[in-house]
Amino acid sequence: MKPIRTITGRGVAIRRTSVDTDQIIAARHCLRTTRTGFAEHLFATWRAEPGFPVGDPAHDGATILFAGADFGSGSSREHAVWALQDYGFTVVVASRFGDIFADNAVRSGLVPAVVEDSAVGAMMDAVDADPATEVTVDLVALTIRAGGVEAPVRMSADTRQRFLDGHDGIDVTLRHEAAIRAFELAHVPIVKAP
Amino acid sequence: MSTLLDKIWDAHTVHRSGGGTDLLYVDFHLLHEGSSPQAFEGLRLAGRRVRRPDLTLATEDHVVPTRGLLGRTGVAATMVDALRRNCEEFGVALHRSGTAGQGIVHVIGPELGISQPGRIILCGDSHTSTHGAFGALAFGIGTSQVEHVLATQTAAFAKPKAMAVTLHGELPAGVSAKDVALAMIGRIGTGGAQGHVIEYRGAAVEAMSMESRLTLCNMSIEAGAKAGMIAPDAVTAEYLRGRPYAPAGRAWDEAVASWAALRSDDEAEFDRRVDIDVTTLSPFVSWGTNPSQVVELSGVVPDPSADPDPALRDAAERALTYMDLAPGTPMREIPVDVVFLGSCTNGRIEDLRAAAGLLDGHRIASGVRMLVVPGSAAVKKAAESEGLDEVFRSAGAEWRTAGCSLCVAMNDDSLAAGERCASTSNRNFEGRQGRGGRTHLVSPTTAAATALTGRLTAPSDLGALR
Ligand code: SF4
Repeated sequence: MKPIRTITGRGVAIRRTSVDTDQIIAARHCLRTTRTGFAEHLFATWRAEPGFPVGDPAHDGATILFAGADFGSGSSREHAVWALQDYGFTVVVASRFGDIFADNAVRSGLVPAVVEDSAVGAMMDAVDADPATEVTVDLVALTIRAGGVEAPVRMSADTRQRFLDGHDGIDVTLRHEAAIRAFELAHVPIVKAP
Repeated sequence: MSTLLDKIWDAHTVHRSGGGTDLLYVDFHLLHEGSSPQAFEGLRLAGRRVRRPDLTLATEDHVVPTRGLLGRTGVAATMVDALRRNCEEFGVALHRSGTAGQGIVHVIGPELGISQPGRIILCGDSHTSTHGAFGALAFGIGTSQVEHVLATQTAAFAKPKAMAVTLHGELPAGVSAKDVALAMIGRIGTGGAQGHVIEYRGAAVEAMSMESRLTLCNMSIEAGAKAGMIAPDAVTAEYLRGRPYAPAGRAWDEAVASWAALRSDDEAEFDRRVDIDVTTLSPFVSWGTNPSQVVELSGVVPDPSADPDPALRDAAERALTYMDLAPGTPMREIPVDVVFLGSCTNGRIEDLRAAAGLLDGHRIASGVRMLVVPGSAAVKKAAESEGLDEVFRSAGAEWRTAGCSLCVAMNDDSLAAGERCASTSNRNFEGRQGRGGRTHLVSPTTAAATALTGRLTAPSDLGALR
């Protein structure tokens, strides 16, 4: 994973709440054994509706997605994260995320920025009014700025550090190999399959 | 004073980072073909192995056909082949499609006795919360975490908060754990338990069978919870006794004795409490496109303009358009094309028995297609030994082999655009059962009653109709 400190780009807003991962990418498009090739299926059904912002040429090149609360609820499919990244998004901003989605995002290097609802709404207004509005997400200071609005980004210290360092989660864990082995010896005997 | 969550969490903590996450040891890791190929590929690229194959078990459920054999070509075959090759290469036990131990991952875990009190059980599937019914901490993870668990047998997480959902009283006849779950999600919303592990307690939970408890914990994720759990008791132990992975002999007695400590202390503090009086509940059904959009089956399609919350109002309006329903329509007047009985929510033997009890000796309404898909090969076998398959077939339903099937529509079982389905599964999301398909979540007995009349029907409505 590449380290991420600040991201500046244009935004696009989906003004819907509880956008579940089935809407981000339908199960029938998850039948692949790779992590790429999902972009064309991102929000596929909704993109066919007139006026849906993702895919609207006015927002071409947007890298920061704003959405209503509970974005990424539902299925644990990490394909939802891969599809967003494959399409070009590097940050998703919402006041609340589905737990598993947020964890998947962190592990795949997509920033799930938790921002208070009223600030999300104000920034949505800004990017809707002018798609060229510059949005900056700063993981060092844990802030987001867009269209004259600035708000804090909520993120645990560990998650922030992971983005700043760009470490692979497994490498971080394997630093504790001795502790894992000790735990195993004390508590986890080998299980013989019945 | 600690909660059940605290006790399991602390007993599995290998390392505390101080930065918000704890590294937890994973007692058992379940795999399926849908979320694992990229994880194994990651191991291969990094030259890593599966740390504890003995604590890992795979099955084929999401994409396998439930009619006929798995083809040799096509996307499903590619997914299944990948899993078979990966399990072989990394030494992981696999319950293949067509064998006696195969089934939906959350149905076979309990059947095999893998889901045990006090354990941490992870799986690359959101309904892993099901296994919490045994007093385990079980939750779903994504593919990157699957790779992490395969490589390290651990997972790092921030500790969730604890939420107590207490079910007071005795469930009325014809009202099931599924109805309770839908009622709860309707009350607290799809994000209502976000960041929390729900512990279900109270008289109604204690009175529930293991199957019903599994249904209840299964649906926790639909309220946004990290997991659902129920403290183990005699019902739990009775279910596990003699199962293949359950301890035996002296180890069994010791295990059962140790489970007594697995309960929240009387004075334990919960971050949130929800109380539900189940004595007044009746069968529930969803009208919208998320599992909080539910109403009593005796009710009507709600009017979104009555909702004071603009976001919820907006979501409800979208949902009604998608579902092609008008506010004020009595739920009982909504006709269905398809009835689906199955899934990790309601594909266990108790569910099939309950539905068969209503169908026995009757025919489903003409024009209705009913799929009965057992949750596992073992459930199928048990049902057949009781003659339930005959009941379903004579009623005009299709009797299938085990898999996820119409819950997720990754195999050939799907709704056509515009088709309406009464489904015992867990998600009524847009397109979940097939592009343009419309889902009404119901309990197994409501599904059976609906199949008989062709309209959404509560089991208690049947008496008057017959
Ligand atoms: S039955 Fe449905 S919810 Fe359960 S594991 Fe299969 S796809 Fe997921």
